[in-house]
Amino acid sequence: MIQGLFVQGAQMALVLLLAPLLTGLVRKVKARLQRRRGPSPIQPYLDLKRLLGKEVVLAENASWLFRVAPYVIFAVTWVAAALVPTFATGLLFSWSGDLIAITALLGSARFVQALAAMDIGTSFGGIGASREVMIASLAEPAMLMIVLSVALVAGSTQLSTVADYMAFSAVGLRVSLALGLVAFIIVALAENARIPVDNPATHLELTMVHEAMVLEYSGRHLALIELAASLKLLLYVSVIACLFFPFGLAGGYALGLATWLVKLAVACVLLGVFEMSIAKMRVFRVPNFLGAALMLSLLGVLLLFVSGGM
Amino acid sequence: MIALALTCIVLLLCLAVAGAFAALSPSGRHIVYGGALAISAASLLVALFSLGAAPSVVTLPLGLPWTGAHFRLDPLAAFFLVVVGLGSAGSSLYALGHGRYEHEPQRVLPFYPVFLAGLNLVVVADDAFSFLFAWELMSLASWALVMSHHRETGNAHAGYVYIIMASFSGLALLLCFGLLAGPTGGYSFDAMRAAHPTPGIAALALVLALIGAGSKAGIVPLHAWLPLAHPAAPSHVSALMSGVMTKVAVYGFVRIAFDLLGPPAWWSGTMVLAVGGVTAVLGVLYALMEHDLKRLLAYHTVENIGIIFIGLGLALAFGANQLPVAAALGLTAALFHVFNHSVFKSLLFFGTGAVLTATGERDMDHLGGLIHRMPKTAFAFLVGCVAISALPPLNGFVSEWLTFQAILLHPDLPQWGLKLAIPADGALLALSAALAAACFVKAFGVTFLGRPRTRAAADAREVDSFSLAAMFGFAALCLLAGILPGAVIDLLAPVTQMLTGASMPTQLDVAWLSIVPVESARSSYNGLLVFLFIALSASLAALVVRRFAAHGQRRAPAWDCGFPDPRPETQYTGASFAQPIRRVFGAVVFRTRETVTMPPPGDIAPARIEKHISDPIWDTLYAPVAGAVWHLSLLLNHLQFLTIRRYLGFVFAALVILLLVLALWQ
Repeated sequence: MIQGLFVQGAQMALVLLLAPLLTGLVRKVKARLQRRRGPSPIQPYLDLKRLLGKEVVLAENASWLFRVAPYVIFAVTWVAAALVPTFATGLLFSWSGDLIAITALLGSARFVQALAAMDIGTSFGGIGASREVMIASLAEPAMLMIVLSVALVAGSTQLSTVADYMAFSAVGLRVSLALGLVAFIIVALAENARIPVDNPATHLELTMVHEAMVLEYSGRHLALIELAASLKLLLYVSVIACLFFPFGLAGGYALGLATWLVKLAVACVLLGVFEMSIAKMRVFRVPNFLGAALMLSLLGVLLLFVSGGM
Repeated sequence: MIALALTCIVLLLCLAVAGAFAALSPSGRHIVYGGALAISAASLLVALFSLGAAPSVVTLPLGLPWTGAHFRLDPLAAFFLVVVGLGSAGSSLYALGHGRYEHEPQRVLPFYPVFLAGLNLVVVADDAFSFLFAWELMSLASWALVMSHHRETGNAHAGYVYIIMASFSGLALLLCFGLLAGPTGGYSFDAMRAAHPTPGIAALALVLALIGAGSKAGIVPLHAWLPLAHPAAPSHVSALMSGVMTKVAVYGFVRIAFDLLGPPAWWSGTMVLAVGGVTAVLGVLYALMEHDLKRLLAYHTVENIGIIFIGLGLALAFGANQLPVAAALGLTAALFHVFNHSVFKSLLFFGTGAVLTATGERDMDHLGGLIHRMPKTAFAFLVGCVAISALPPLNGFVSEWLTFQAILLHPDLPQWGLKLAIPADGALLALSAALAAACFVKAFGVTFLGRPRTRAAADAREVDSFSLAAMFGFAALCLLAGILPGAVIDLLAPVTQMLTGASMPTQLDVAWLSIVPVESARSSYNGLLVFLFIALSASLAALVVRRFAAHGQRRAPAWDCGFPDPRPETQYTGASFAQPIRRVFGAVVFRTRETVTMPPPGDIAPARIEKHISDPIWDTLYAPVAGAVWHLSLLLNHLQFLTIRRYLGFVFAALVILLLVLALWQ
C-alpha cells in the first residue's frame, strides 16, 4: 500500500516535471532541422518561472470562470495523466478511471478552456472556441473508437490491463490495431494543436485555434495553461507508448523508466521531423483529415466485430 | 403501496379543482404549487420505498365494465414513479417562485395538477384502458399548458402540431394494445403477459409500440412536435414535458417491449439500435443549428432519448441472445440515463426560465454576459451543461460510460444485423457526445459569457430564491449521482431483475465505492475518487501558485491582439459559433448553403451573408403528408354542398356496398 502510494506519487510528480522538457525537446528538434540553434530544451521551465513571476492582467469584464478555469484545466489534465501507466502498470489508483474516462477528462478540460475563451467576448476567443469544438467533434469520437478497438482486442478498457495484455500475450500484427495507431496519431496531432491542424509556434494568424483561446491569459494563469498543454502532449505520447509499444513496462521500475524516457525522446524526434516535413492545413481541410481518422478507427472496430465469433 | 400512490393521484385531481378557483386570487399559485410539491414529495417517498418491494396490485370498479381498472406498483413502475415524483417536486418548487411572472395564471393553475396526475397514472396503470386513458389525460393536460400563452406567435401552430402528433401516438398505442389483447379482448396487462402472441403479431405490436411511445418520447422522425411544443409552455411545464413526460413515454415502450411482449427477437434490437443512433446524432445536430435556448434544449431531449434507446436496443439484442447479464447492463445504462436526463434537463429548463424572466429573451443572440448579473443561475446552469455534455465527474458521463461498456461486452453475437448495428451505434454515441459538448459550450458561452448584446441582458437581475433552490437542488443531484453512481445502479437492480432476469452485481459493496459493471479487470470507474483527485490537484495548484507566484493582479481593457472593438456585435453569436460545424455536418444533413453578396468596389451597400438551412425530415416526411391531407380535404370539400337527395343516395350506396362485402366475405 505504502509502496503503491509512493509509486503513484512518483508517477504524478514525474509527468509534471518531464512535461515541459518534452515540449522543449520538440522545439529544439524543429530548430535544428531548420538549421537554427534554437533555445535550450529547458526553456519551457524558464518560461513558466517567468510567467509565475509576473502580475496577472485581467480583461475588465473577466468573470470568476475566467480566473478559475486555468486551475480546473490543469487539475483535470494532471489527473488524466496520473491515470496513464508511464513506467509501470498497475498503479495504485489506476482503476479509478479507464481509457474512456481519460478521454472524457480531456474533454472536460477542453470544455472549460473553450468557455474561458468566450468569457471576455472578443472575436479571437470566439473563433478559437468554435474551431476547437469543431475539431473536437471529430477527434473525440475517433479517439473513443480507437479506445473501443483496443478494448475489444484486450477485453478491457482498463489501461493497465490493456498494457499488460499488449506486453505479455502474443497479440501479433492486427489490422485493426494498425488502423487504430494511424488514427491515434492523427487525433494526437489535432488534440495537441500541432501542425498540420494548428501551429503551436505562431501567433496573430487567422488560422490559430489553441493560441486564440488563451490569448487573454497572462501571468500565473497562462503558466498553468501552458503546463497543462505540455502535460497533454506527454499524456498522448505515453498512451501511444503503452498501448502500441509496451516494451519494458513489465521489467521492473528501472527498466520501465529507462524505456519510457527513450520512447519519449524518440517521439520528440519523430514529432519534430513530421512537423517540419508537412505544411499547415487550411482550417476547413482539417475535417477531412480528422474524418479519415474517424473512418479508420471505425473500420478497426467493425473489423473486430465482424471477425468476432468466427 | 399502490393505494398510497393512487391517493396521491386523487389528491392531485382535487388540487386541480381547487386550482380552478385558486387562480382567481393573486396568491392562488401558493396553494396549487405548494400542494403539488407536497403531494409529489409524498409520491416520491412512496415510490422509493416500493422500489425493492413485491408488486402490489389493486383493481377498482372503474373503466371498462368487464375488465375494471387495474393498477400495479412493481419495481419498474416504482422507478419511473421516482423520476416523475422528483421532476414534479422540482418543477413545483421552481414554480412557487417562477409562477409570479405568469400573466394568466387561470390558464395554467387548473391544468398543472391534472398533468402531474396524468404522468403518475400512466406509470401505475395495469390495463390497456387505464393506460390509454392516463396517456390521453397527460397529452391533453400538457396540450392545454402548451396553449396557455396561445397569443404569442407560433404557439398556436405548436399546439396544433402537438395535438395531431399526440393523437397519432395514442392511435398507434391503441392498435398495439388491440393486437396484444387478441381476439378474446384480454385488456389487463396480466392477460397480455400470459398470452403468447405469434411472432408476426408480436413484431407488429413492437413496431406500433415504438411508433406510439417513440413519437411521444421524440424519436426521429417523429420528433417534429417536440421543439415546437416544449418551448411554448411556461418554463416549469417545459421542464416537466422535456424531463419527465418523455421519460413516461420511454416507460410505455419499456413496459410493452420488455414486460408484455415476452422474449424479444434479435431484429427488434437492431431496429431500436438504428432508431436510437440516428435519433441521438440528428437531435444534437438540430440543436447545434438552433439559437433559441428553449428549442435548443428541446432538440437535446431528442438526442438524449436516442441515447436511452441505444441502451434499450442493446438490452433487447442481448436478451434475444440469452445473455441476461449483458441485457441487464444495457437496461441499467438506459434507465440510469432516464434518471440523469430528467434531472439535468429540468435544471437547464429552469435556468432558461430564469433567463427568460430576467431578460424577456429566449434568443441567445440577444443575450450575453449574464454570468455577471445572474451569477447563481449561471453556476447552476453550468453544472447542467457539464452534466448533459457527458463530462466527468458529473452524472451524464456515468450513464454513457455504462452504455459503452455494454457495447463492448459481446462482440461475438451471431446475427449480422447486430454485428454491424452495435459498433455503428458506438460511433454515433461517441459523435453525439462530442457534439453535445460543442452545443453546450455554445449555449452557455453565448448566453452567459462575453458582453451583453442588448439592453435587456445588461439590466438582468438574479431571480427569486425558490427558483434558485430548485436549480441548486438539481445541480447537487447531478453531482451526487455522478460521484456515487453505485447507489443509483443498486436501486435499479430490482427493475432489471424483473425485466431481464438478471441484475448488475451489487455496487455499493465494491471497495472505494467504484462501479464495476462486470469484473474489475475489465473496467471500473470511480466518480468519487476522480472528483476528489480533481479537487485536490486544483487546490494543490492554487496553494503552490499562491505560495510561490507573484500576487499582482490588474484590470485592463481586453487585449484581443491589439485591436479590441468595444461593440458587443463583434462577439461570436450562436450562429457564427456553429458555423464550422455547420460546414462540416450541415452540408450533408441540412443542405445548408451560404451566399455571400459582396458589393463591388466603390459601392457603399453593405455586404451580406445569408444562410439557408432546410429541415430534411420536415421536407421529406411532414410536408408531403400535410400536402396530401390538404388536397384530399379539398376534394372532399365538394361533399359539403350537395342536395339531400344525393346524401340519401350516398347512404344507400354505402349500405349496398357493405352488404356486398359481407356477402362476398362469407
